[in-house]
Amino acid sequence: MVSGSALPSDAPAPATSRNVGHRGGPVNPSADALREKFGSAVRRVDVVWGETSVVVDGTRLQGIVRWLHDDASQRYEYLSDLTAVEFRDTEQPIEVVWHLRSLAYRRFLRLKVLLAKGAPLEVASVWPIYKGADWFERECYDMFGIRFAGHPDLRRILMWEQYKEGFPLRKDFPLRGRFSRAEQLRQALAANPEARYSMEELSIADAFEDLPQEMRARLRSGEKTGE
Amino acid sequence: MATIKRTVEVELSTSGMDAHGRPVRTPLAVAADGSTVTVAAPPSMEPELEGEHMLINLGPQHPATHGVLRLVLELDGETVVRCIPHIGYLHCGFEKIGEYRQYNQIVPWTDREDYLNSIGNNVSFILGAERLFGIDCTPRATVLRVIAMELSRIASHLVWLGTTCIDIGAFTPFLWAFQERENIYSLLERWVGARLTTSATRVGGMAADIPSGWTEQLQTFVTLFPKTIDEVERMLTKNGIWVGRTIGLGAMTADEALNYGLSGPMLRASGVAYDVRKDFPYLDYETYDFDVPVGTNGDVYDRYLVRVEELRQSTRILEQALRRLPDGPVNIDDHRVILPPKSKATSEMESMIHHFKQVMEGPRPPIGECYVATESPKGEKGYYMVSDGTAKPVRWRIRPPSYVNLSAIPKMVEGHLLSDVIAINASIDIVMGEIDR
Repeated sequence: MVSGSALPSDAPAPATSRNVGHRGGPVNPSADALREKFGSAVRRVDVVWGETSVVVDGTRLQGIVRWLHDDASQRYEYLSDLTAVEFRDTEQPIEVVWHLRSLAYRRFLRLKVLLAKGAPLEVASVWPIYKGADWFERECYDMFGIRFAGHPDLRRILMWEQYKEGFPLRKDFPLRGRFSRAEQLRQALAANPEARYSMEELSIADAFEDLPQEMRARLRSGEKTGE
Repeated sequence: MATIKRTVEVELSTSGMDAHGRPVRTPLAVAADGSTVTVAAPPSMEPELEGEHMLINLGPQHPATHGVLRLVLELDGETVVRCIPHIGYLHCGFEKIGEYRQYNQIVPWTDREDYLNSIGNNVSFILGAERLFGIDCTPRATVLRVIAMELSRIASHLVWLGTTCIDIGAFTPFLWAFQERENIYSLLERWVGARLTTSATRVGGMAADIPSGWTEQLQTFVTLFPKTIDEVERMLTKNGIWVGRTIGLGAMTADEALNYGLSGPMLRASGVAYDVRKDFPYLDYETYDFDVPVGTNGDVYDRYLVRVEELRQSTRILEQALRRLPDGPVNIDDHRVILPPKSKATSEMESMIHHFKQVMEGPRPPIGECYVATESPKGEKGYYMVSDGTAKPVRWRIRPPSYVNLSAIPKMVEGHLLSDVIAINASIDIVMGEIDR
């Protein structure tokens, strides 16, 4: 398999883009193909800095991605990235963004689904189409709290599973974390380590009882060792 | 597990190796007349454990996991039945912090994610930021950035080579690789003053031009470096132990590799010739003459071959870049985005205003978004940035190649031996700083 194999023979060689305009410019032909095929499911097509973004209906996302992946005239076989964007303006919906590449046609397409605030943040998983979406979707859930319906194992990935403070990349999450340092420390001290470690690992604590009597007394009275 | 048949001409024949490089099971006992005797398998020490699976916790603090990666392995004897990776031990919230920083202030954070490729990340990030500002850098800065990216690719591949050798049991190539890496770091130190955390780029140019005599030093490196690659290749490529410990491990077919989103040498070893430099070029990479090495089987051995060949190709690119390095300014002539020289800032009113506004407020890109991908040593490194017209991005997203490459590890190690998990994990070339961010 060689990339660029489906290109017509007179296709121009890829070149570094220069003087790219802010808005407008050549539209990715897949955007028109999507409009023709899915009609009203395609809400909007933008070209920003030379990249085509297609805003689509969230309920039909999986069908659209499946078609882009499978259709011989599109062949978007590579999922470059999957992430979400929340804007500082709280009224603006959260955007879930898929970056797809068609290696055979050397195309790059950005798909977006807008999730309104207030409703449950949920969108279909593309894991059945791209196995690479597994960790992307877990990260997106971990950071934004967006649920991907159909993901086989949607749990936190970068934060630990008992993490209670919320979703760190949401704009209502303060940079320093939800709780004060004192509260974070209190929670860490109150955590029950035995819940996660076996008693064999903790048996080192028993060694204290084996120490000589006077040493135990000195340690109890607050003496630091190794000083 | 499907067996892969391939022939590698092995020069050093070791006793336990057949012509295909697979280990040969030699009988433990030989009869007096020279004929072999079959030896019954030793009785199991703990018969009640037979058929039971065992959970092994590999990492997070284990040198062979290249950082703080934790793999929970379910073993049947020594064979891996299931692998569950746990990551996040190094999570620092780079993307969150970036939302509170100006674009130039994010550059130091890019040093610290994939810390083996720091100057390459600086360039990738700044290409994205410049796209967002709608500016193109000067011809000299373009070539300097190519030099920076290729130097850091070589440095990163050398670390990969050295540490993988150690994981598999060879110590000497590690020393050779780190000696050459030291040369690259002294080059970088002369250029930007730092070895590891370079922060070399700014929106619109570079933090510094190269000092005089630097190109000669680089020329020396470019001339001498291929000899080291030859030495390493002579040591490893046909070495029976190396071949035996790498061939057929963690193989991914082309379709699987694409579907799992692998990129870089991992994808190319599986036979997909996708290189961002060729297919979606940036920094005029289309004008350089270099080849994209592609493997056939997608196993650890092919990943090694692809990376070693990439070292040679990067040297070729460096040679060409040195020949074409033009004179001229490294920074664009627009003081709305780049600081004016200090002498002007203290003598001219206009420059002083620009200087003040830039330091206090920072340059502002128009409303927009862009995803700029570059070919990092690990694969497709993408930066997705969204601006709402203020000096700080609304969202700064890193697409970490080794994060995606690592996500395929449960698939790659399944059915292999525990000791091969180390080799497969090494072949992914993970950097936990980039994975956890």
